[in-house]
Amino acid sequence: MSDLNAVYLLLAIPLTAAVILVALPWHRASSLLNVAASLATLGVAVSLLRERPAAGSLVFIDDLNITLVVLTSLVGFTTSWFSATYIAHEVEIGRLTRTSLRFYHAMYQFLTFAMILALCANNIGVMWVAIEASTLTTVVMVSIYRTRESIEAAWKYFILGSVGIAMALFGTILIYLAGQSVIGAGTEALAWTELHARAGSFDANILNLAFVFLLVGYGTKVGLAPLHAWLPDAHAEGPTPISAVLSGLLLNVALYAVLRFKMILAGNAGAIAPGPLMLTMGLSSLLLAGVMLYRRRDIKRFFGYSSIEHMGIIAFAFGVGGPLANFAGLLHMALHSLTKSGIFFAVGHIAQVKGTQKIADIGGLTKTHPLLGWGFVLSVAAIAGLPPMGLFLSEFLVVTSAMARQPWLAVPVVVGLLVAFGALALRLQQLAFGEPRGASAPIQASLVPLYLHLVPVLVAGLWLPAPLVAWFRNVASLLGS
Amino acid sequence: MLYGLDFDITHTLGTSVLLLSFALLYQRRLSGVLEAFALQAILVAAAAAWQAWTQDAPHLYITAGITLGFKAILIPLALGHIVRKLGIHRTIETVLGVNLTLLAGVALVALSILLVFPITFASGNVARENLTLALSVILLGLLMMITRRNAVTQVVGFMSLENGLVLAAVGVKGMPLVVEGSVAFSVLIAFIIFGMFFFRIRERFDTLDLQYLESFRGDRQVDRP
Repeated sequence: MSDLNAVYLLLAIPLTAAVILVALPWHRASSLLNVAASLATLGVAVSLLRERPAAGSLVFIDDLNITLVVLTSLVGFTTSWFSATYIAHEVEIGRLTRTSLRFYHAMYQFLTFAMILALCANNIGVMWVAIEASTLTTVVMVSIYRTRESIEAAWKYFILGSVGIAMALFGTILIYLAGQSVIGAGTEALAWTELHARAGSFDANILNLAFVFLLVGYGTKVGLAPLHAWLPDAHAEGPTPISAVLSGLLLNVALYAVLRFKMILAGNAGAIAPGPLMLTMGLSSLLLAGVMLYRRRDIKRFFGYSSIEHMGIIAFAFGVGGPLANFAGLLHMALHSLTKSGIFFAVGHIAQVKGTQKIADIGGLTKTHPLLGWGFVLSVAAIAGLPPMGLFLSEFLVVTSAMARQPWLAVPVVVGLLVAFGALALRLQQLAFGEPRGASAPIQASLVPLYLHLVPVLVAGLWLPAPLVAWFRNVASLLGS
Repeated sequence: MLYGLDFDITHTLGTSVLLLSFALLYQRRLSGVLEAFALQAILVAAAAAWQAWTQDAPHLYITAGITLGFKAILIPLALGHIVRKLGIHRTIETVLGVNLTLLAGVALVALSILLVFPITFASGNVARENLTLALSVILLGLLMMITRRNAVTQVVGFMSLENGLVLAAVGVKGMPLVVEGSVAFSVLIAFIIFGMFFFRIRERFDTLDLQYLESFRGDRQVDRP
């Protein structure tokens, strides 16, 4: 029992912090506590890399989920840092009241708790509850400004998210039905460790039906087309730190759930291959988002669509399957999290400096705010997949692995990537270069989190450390074909 | 496997729940929707209690109790209160005509029979029937959410969808409490949040009609030529 303490500690820190933060009335103190708690969570997560506790009945740690736990706590920490300076400005201009601020910080920690619980849970029921909790938390966060648009965005997110989560629960019940006849009634039939070990003897037909519901259900939360409609609005209308967490982390957590269920199907010889389904959804998300990017006028909504595009690429990679494509998918997942949350940090500062989110009213950033402007240019270059950056490497691997499996599949991917690249280049040109437009107040915020994210993305493009490659390769082989 | 009277009772309760899903679809007044929903929740609670009895699984009584307390009594009362307090239009606007909606409903039931029946031979007749009925209730709940513009009816549609989930969960033998508890729990939270939404929407709008709300969408005028 004692060896499980680390995971429980990992869950206890954000939960305790959330409880304290609800009661704490001073916003500076609560920003600091928010950062401190996120840092502590990160510390515990990293310690789990070295010393791994044995699987318990409620939580377990394996190579796949610890990778995402570390990523989640890392981005959670840098975002809380960014959030501290961002929120201070929002209070100054009176966009947020003190009560809603208390709420905001507590919700931030509760969201961290829910995401880590979803990743570590060794029970598909508990995981479902955790993902539902994260949905409800973010719905509240999106509506925090209480404008017409934010309430509508939250409402849409809530309705679509609830329907998705309901579908996922039906799928979960079906998985239990399949497991119960082999493993026997009780909580064991909901445990990942049991389900993975004995997936081979489940009824293949029930697994098939279950996977369709799970893919549609959790796929809604991943933001895969055609159920992506909530994503851009939720990104645009909430506070920017929440957009960063939504894009960088929550989408990954939902995708993690899909991947786990995919592994169950892959372990059963009679079940349909889950790859083509994921591949189709991924490809349609990529193409749809690529085209939609051209018609955005709001900077946060624009990058919301870019997240749909990238989740599409990742789902496509895992749909192709096999060691190389899985490796590419994992790498892309990690790098996209870092880059996209970095972009939202920059966008948050830009929107505060300019006092608007309309792309047309922003221009010449590199002239007026060189440090912020160039940081933004570098991040957008990274997300567009330009060569020296890490995302170029992962996108290149996705394309080549698709080529190796099914040559004609690589064509639509390349088309989608190019279409999206065009939109990004076009908007970047407007935003960062040319005549300065809009206000040019100096920024008071810290740019460290933004550059902190850029460094690993740049380094990954030039040189991947051998232990990291070995680690990802190992996880990729776990995921199966 | 259940046979004879025991199975007949399971069957009757399950199909009555489905029948009320249809009843929800053809209501033209909000009060009618709330009454039909309350009745459906009572039947789901009865189905859960009946499963607790036949499966000898006492924890299902808790599920039944929660369903009865929250969904059959508390929520319809609270929603009725909101409707009166906010002066929401008492009649319901539909996207699709009632006849067409009912036809679509029948098609959805046929679909769920085709999906679930052939693959659950080994799971026992109760699980098989309940899953089929549950999927039908879920799909009809979705249909209701799509074809009704009013926010209150969307909420009711969502909760009727969750009734279907409870029906599925109690029908599968030995499903641990985690799931049922969480369903009830989620409905509770969902309701609180829905309530908050209503009041916030009430602060800014004079109507709960979502179509009206949608026209305020951020950059729609620019986005959709």
